[in-house]
Amino acid sequence: MADIQSLIDKLKGKFPASIQQLKTFRGEVTVTLPKEDIYAICQFLSSDSELQFQFLTDLCGVDFFPETPRFEVVYLLYSMKNNLRLRLKAKVAQGESIPSVESIWKAANWLEREVYDLFGIPFENHPDLRRILLWDGYEGFPLRKDYPVEGPDFDKPFVLEV
Amino acid sequence: MAETRFMTINMGPQHPATHGVLRLVLELDGEIVVKATPHIGHLHRGVEKLGENRTYHQFIPLTDRLDYTNAMGNNLAYVLAVEKLLDLEIPKRAQYLRVMMAELQRIAAHLIWLGTHVLDLGATTPIFYTFREREDILRIFEEVAGGRLTPTYLRIGGVSKDLPDGIEEKIKAFVDAFSGHVKEYETLLTENVIWLNRTKGVGIISREDVINWGVTGPTLRGSGVKWDVRKALPYSSYDQFEFDIPVGSVGDAYDRYVVRLREMEWSNSIVKQALEKLPKGPVIAGDPKVPLPPKEAVTNDIASLIRQFKIASEGFYPPKGEVYASVESAKGELGFYIISDGSNHPFRVRIRPPSFLNLSALPKMIEGSLISDVVTTIGSIDIVLGEIDR
Amino acid sequence: MGVETYLDKTPLMPYLDKVVNWGRKYSIWPVTFGLACCALEMMVASMATWDISRFGSEIFRPSPRQSDLMIVAGTLTKKMAPMVRRIYDQMPEPKWVIAMGACACSGGIFKTYSVVQGVDQILPVDFYIPGCPPKPEALLAALVKLQKKIEKESLADRKDVRSSLELG
Repeated sequence: MADIQSLIDKLKGKFPASIQQLKTFRGEVTVTLPKEDIYAICQFLSSDSELQFQFLTDLCGVDFFPETPRFEVVYLLYSMKNNLRLRLKAKVAQGESIPSVESIWKAANWLEREVYDLFGIPFENHPDLRRILLWDGYEGFPLRKDYPVEGPDFDKPFVLEV
Repeated sequence: MAETRFMTINMGPQHPATHGVLRLVLELDGEIVVKATPHIGHLHRGVEKLGENRTYHQFIPLTDRLDYTNAMGNNLAYVLAVEKLLDLEIPKRAQYLRVMMAELQRIAAHLIWLGTHVLDLGATTPIFYTFREREDILRIFEEVAGGRLTPTYLRIGGVSKDLPDGIEEKIKAFVDAFSGHVKEYETLLTENVIWLNRTKGVGIISREDVINWGVTGPTLRGSGVKWDVRKALPYSSYDQFEFDIPVGSVGDAYDRYVVRLREMEWSNSIVKQALEKLPKGPVIAGDPKVPLPPKEAVTNDIASLIRQFKIASEGFYPPKGEVYASVESAKGELGFYIISDGSNHPFRVRIRPPSFLNLSALPKMIEGSLISDVVTTIGSIDIVLGEIDR
Repeated sequence: MGVETYLDKTPLMPYLDKVVNWGRKYSIWPVTFGLACCALEMMVASMATWDISRFGSEIFRPSPRQSDLMIVAGTLTKKMAPMVRRIYDQMPEPKWVIAMGACACSGGIFKTYSVVQGVDQILPVDFYIPGCPPKPEALLAALVKLQKKIEKESLADRKDVRSSLELG
């Protein structure tokens, strides 16, 4: 059984150079990492026999326009054995891509497709990266901060293309 | 030798058995499904984007409409996240009322599941019984909160109003009669030869796969993993109630059916315990900046009127930070991840949808099975498209 | 199409109207078109407490080719709009449309990039039912009003009849 402190110690011991920032807020631990190390760290966390972060609870994107780097991909991991939650964050600039963790957790398959669909962040080595919630041929990435909530053509009436 | 090709069939968005606007493209070799591709997004309404343009109070009605069979549970997940961000203390009576309403809503959601799932497979009788029971629950919600399907009962800091007079007898009457009703459904289905033939061994997913695909809820428990957010990470005083988590063994549709039936019975027992142990006290936190003041004070007192106006139009300003809070909804682990930048609108509201991840595991469950098992499997994983597409 | 195409000018038209409309209004069969939350209230309207089959809508047909009414219950998104239009086109005449709920009437609370602000942007709607969601009694009231509307229709108003009767 591991607890929060031993988890942080293990991470710091194995990847001392990668941890850019470590915060604790309202009982939750958040670790910010560079995007190149995400795959190795996720692999370690899910396969380590003591930590066993085998459950990917959530994967989402955040847009910090107009800061650079603009996007951030957030991973929320959970270990059923130790009942621990951990949040990992990786910053991605516009136009860059981030490695996919689909080979570690299959849950990331659709979650990464959704991040690509709504933010436009491509994922390397994803088996099937296409739009999931919006239709093929849609232009624009709605959840970005510079996209209006009503859509770009709200003042025109809706015309059906059949 | 003739060349064989697979037949591609579209189980379109308008279909009586897809429980909403889900489109499945199936490639068939005779009657066996070789490949299945779900296409979703036909109900994508942009709720996460809307969340960035509304104040924290104004987002609560939007959460009702996500998983529309489990409105109280969605409200609960959102207000728990905001209260965690604010580090707000909730009065005991409000916590017990929330538990009672969430469990009644879980029973209502499972009743819809039971009725529509067996209707897809051809049993047309149980749906009338389950919807009759659900009407009792909806009448209780209407008296307590004002709405049947979208009550919007919970508020940041507590619940919107206290129970009206006479409602506790009605809830008690429902709770006492409900276990008899569950026995009615069981006599129709549990040992029915046709039901066993259609659900045993169908839609199997193994224990390792179900964790790897991020599946939660009764689908996870049907495969033998005893994990429930109410027990693992208790919220809203669930640790003061006695209940057990039913688990299946094989991970087929029959196991999920049994898990959900037992969950209904346990929810019934939790509502009974909440009724007996309901403490007295305020139903909303006393913090002056966050919850709206009570209506009697607003009409009599100028300070409350100013407070009501300020909070309703402008909202409140939480500290900067990010939180994640989750509840066990009827479908699985529903979570809200809220990032606040100090202003009165959230910076990002992310909804962790249980049915989205449950549905992503569907191709794993149906590839290699017959086409009629597709209908059984979709019904047994219990998806709601409002939550998948948001 | 219907019986109208075989008619010539006949003084029995008003009596024929009465009989045909009596048959049509008491057997309106809806097509299952629930999109979102209002679909649950539509399902409840067909269950035991608010039985819709006593008004003639005995069964909700899954196939549009066998139905006369489309109750659009729920939010219409731009991705779903071509399919709604296609299903509407597949329904045989005479057909009617009821827009149930705030989202179908005018977009509801979802003023976003992916929601069509009202189903009447792509379909001709006969009745609008406001509410979020409307109670099942509101749906039944709309059905009764639709029956009264059908009562007042005349066979001579149909486009194909006009040409065969040389009404211009």
